Amino acid sequence: MSQNKYTVIPFGPQHPVLPEPVHLRFVVDEDKIVDVVPNLGYVHRGIERGCEINDYKRNIYLCERVCGICNYIHGMTYSEAIEKVTGAEVPARAKYLRVIWSELGRLQSHLLWLGLFADAIGFESLFMQVWRDREVILTLNEKTNGHRIHLETNAIGGCRKDIDESLAKAYVEDLAVVRGKMENLRSVFYKDSALRAKTEGKGILPKGKAAFLGAVGPTIRGSGVKTDTRMTGYEAYGALDFEPIVHEGEDAYSRMLVRYDEVFQSFDLIDRALKEMPEGPVLNRNTKFPEGAGIARSEQPRGELFYYVEGNGTNKLSRCKIRTPTAANIPPLVSMLIGNEVPDIPTIIHSIDPCISCTERFVQVRKEEN
Amino acid sequence: MPEMVKEVLKNLFSKPATVNYPFEKPEPLPTTRGTLTWDMNRCDECQDCERVCPPMAIKVFPEEKKVEYSPFKCIYCLLCIDNCMQQAITHATIMAAPDYKKRVELFEKKQ
Repeated sequence: MSQNKYTVIPFGPQHPVLPEPVHLRFVVDEDKIVDVVPNLGYVHRGIERGCEINDYKRNIYLCERVCGICNYIHGMTYSEAIEKVTGAEVPARAKYLRVIWSELGRLQSHLLWLGLFADAIGFESLFMQVWRDREVILTLNEKTNGHRIHLETNAIGGCRKDIDESLAKAYVEDLAVVRGKMENLRSVFYKDSALRAKTEGKGILPKGKAAFLGAVGPTIRGSGVKTDTRMTGYEAYGALDFEPIVHEGEDAYSRMLVRYDEVFQSFDLIDRALKEMPEGPVLNRNTKFPEGAGIARSEQPRGELFYYVEGNGTNKLSRCKIRTPTAANIPPLVSMLIGNEVPDIPTIIHSIDPCISCTERFVQVRKEEN
Repeated sequence: MPEMVKEVLKNLFSKPATVNYPFEKPEPLPTTRGTLTWDMNRCDECQDCERVCPPMAIKVFPEEKKVEYSPFKCIYCLLCIDNCMQQAITHATIMAAPDYKKRVELFEKKQ
């Protein structure tokens, strides 16, 4: 043993349990974590600067590439922000279409995460089963607009595509199949002893601390705080009344249950939106250039997404600021890791659903000399 | 895990969910977005496709009456097809295959 009481273990940026590069330095006392120092900046891509160089209409496609998994919601929130600045009206049908596609994105993201989480705790058969069921949703994406992941159906002032009767029928039928398969797994997620032993009581984030540190999405809802950006009623969410799903466990297990229950909430929302969707046009052609500043907020699978855009009357934006949910969830992650043991690190890191390449934004703090 | 035994037994006797890729290829859907082709008999070199293309993968030369298209820059958003007034652009259902060089495809009008 060395003379020092504590050992520092570097974790990442390349590590088998990490889906994306993030560097965490763990200060450990034997097996117990005493302190964590996160270090970001390995996948910076300069997207905010790219948004200032591009034409503002082309930016939808750039913003959809901020995150691969929640791509649709990124494009939608950017379009919303531009629509607020230019005062463009979105047709009622397009609002419902945006809800359907947002929830479809949430479904595939949550199913991906449930599989990854099962993989992180070593439950391989559950991982394969969930990912096999996810393929149905990816095929629906492909039937809608031709790609498995990137939907790209957004436009400023509405949507580029419409859901016709045969596609709506495919949505209802295929999602019912996935719903049945996920329903069969309810006893596994709620009762399985191995899964519970690995996750219960791990990574505790108390209710007060979650709110204080500004956690968002399933991370804060797993700590018993009832908050959801969808409740602000953007797009057609105001017309589809629903309650955010909350679990009181404050640990990795309850964060998993929040996501599992949200899968069924998304099925319900898609079914309701398909039934209540009015007829009519889906796109109002926007003729104004953005002048002034505007913001838009929306609920991603991982939490609250925020866009700030500033235009100067030309076809290029003077500023586009993106704040993704994982940026807000990193302080709570550090707080929940402290006090746990080293073998639980993968479970706890996965429990916030980290999306590191979305998070990487460059902030330059200039210090004037003298 | 006894709840999963039923599914595991079912999987033993069912077809695999995956495709044995290099030997079998999955059938693309008719909506799948793939590489673009210009019908130069219809194209009037208006440069609309070049203007809307998000990754700037298209270059139109009106004087030489030719179109340069880079399948390696293309993100297959099909905005060019939506915006083409002459309906000169069509898409395949297969994306560009990997290559050693970032090649550019050339479409020229026959004189």
